[in-house]
Amino acid sequence: MASDDVKLIGAWASPYVMRPRIALNLKGVEYEFLEEKFGSKSELLLKSNPVYKKIPVLLHGGKPICESLIIVQYIDEAWSGHSILPSDPYHRAVARFWGHYIDDKWFPALTGISRAPTDEAKKEAIEQVFAGLKFLEEVLEKSGAGKPFFGGDTIGYIDIALGCNLGWLRATEKLSGLTYLDESKTPLLVCWAEKFSAHEAVKCVMPETDKLVEFAQMLKAKFSAPPSK
Amino acid sequence: MAANDHAEVVLLDLWASPFGQRVRIALEEKGVEYEYMEQDMINKSTLLIESNPVYKKIPVLIHHGKPVCESLVIVQYIDEVWSHKAPLLPGEPFARAQARFWADFIDKKIYECTTRLWKCKGEALEEAKKDFMEIVKTLEVELGDKTFFNGDTFGFVDVALVPFFGRFNAYEKIANFNIEKECPKIVAWGRRCMHRDSVSKILPDDQKIYEFLLMLRKYLGVE
Repeated sequence: MASDDVKLIGAWASPYVMRPRIALNLKGVEYEFLEEKFGSKSELLLKSNPVYKKIPVLLHGGKPICESLIIVQYIDEAWSGHSILPSDPYHRAVARFWGHYIDDKWFPALTGISRAPTDEAKKEAIEQVFAGLKFLEEVLEKSGAGKPFFGGDTIGYIDIALGCNLGWLRATEKLSGLTYLDESKTPLLVCWAEKFSAHEAVKCVMPETDKLVEFAQMLKAKFSAPPSK
Repeated sequence: MAANDHAEVVLLDLWASPFGQRVRIALEEKGVEYEYMEQDMINKSTLLIESNPVYKKIPVLIHHGKPVCESLVIVQYIDEVWSHKAPLLPGEPFARAQARFWADFIDKKIYECTTRLWKCKGEALEEAKKDFMEIVKTLEVELGDKTFFNGDTFGFVDVALVPFFGRFNAYEKIANFNIEKECPKIVAWGRRCMHRDSVSKILPDDQKIYEFLLMLRKYLGVE
């Protein structure tokens, strides 16, 4: 039936693509994964997301839904079963706020570290990453209330919004030599990261850190001038 | 300055902020009484800093003492709590996703671009005008021949965009261009929105906004 037809346009390395994949897995929804080739955009992608021409795009019965956190909310509303967003409006607002913060400030700071043009800009980006993790540690403490995930006993919206970035966080740690998820600073997050990554809805879609490191090095080599001798 | 202990709903805001106006329009649509607290963004209040420690920005809605931040998050919250009246988001999941997408598009594109309209000069201004028209044209295509973005009823995307429509006259005066000529449908939509009590009550006078932006320009040394 066309309305049951679920496709996801994405790419293995994208943390944003991981989000709807985790959500679909949590709901037990089968879908076809359409991997985009790196360096080019398919006709389907351009047609489905003419505004941004970016992945992920969920196609449900042929209808496109774009923007990863909007897709996650759609998945939560379109399929019953595991609840991703909390039922209480205030907690939903808190979850949406942190999803916004992660995309607006935290992840750009993380990716900004390697792209920082000056040492000062790099230092500022690193500080922003640590500050964000400190905030999120507090959120986990408050909302998790001793439970393993932001969503409590099960994975929820904030878990998905933040957890999809763990691959790149670990890759950045390897590339920079700095530890961001530090047990002495954010012990709850360290524990959470392990549990999240091991969750059956997550582990099959979490990219390997070494592969991401390789990918990052390939990107850097491709986009920067060769070093002079 | 502490929030009134008896006020169930408190809004920390700035009269001229389009983001704050979104929240106020939503509250008006729902008929919710609230205590309005105008904020000083240079000497930020303890209440603001404690309520929004991450961004220290307005608007912040404080409901039963609990703060909600980020204008579109607040509008969705208002829609969910006071769900008995004037639903802002549609009921059907795909339509909701579309509404969220366009409100998010407005957030990503409009503010940054319109800030350049009143802040920039010369070539940068010309580029800002070009970018602005492109964004508004994209919205115009999405609006099509509908009364409001979701169809017949005033909703989430309208709330997200209308405060910026409230600044169109000011942008036109400052940047010296005509928005209606190139995007008549969006201007017509904006005028329809202005017929709603919630919108006409909340959006400031064109002249007030124009003077406010001129004042900001002067303050930032743009002349």
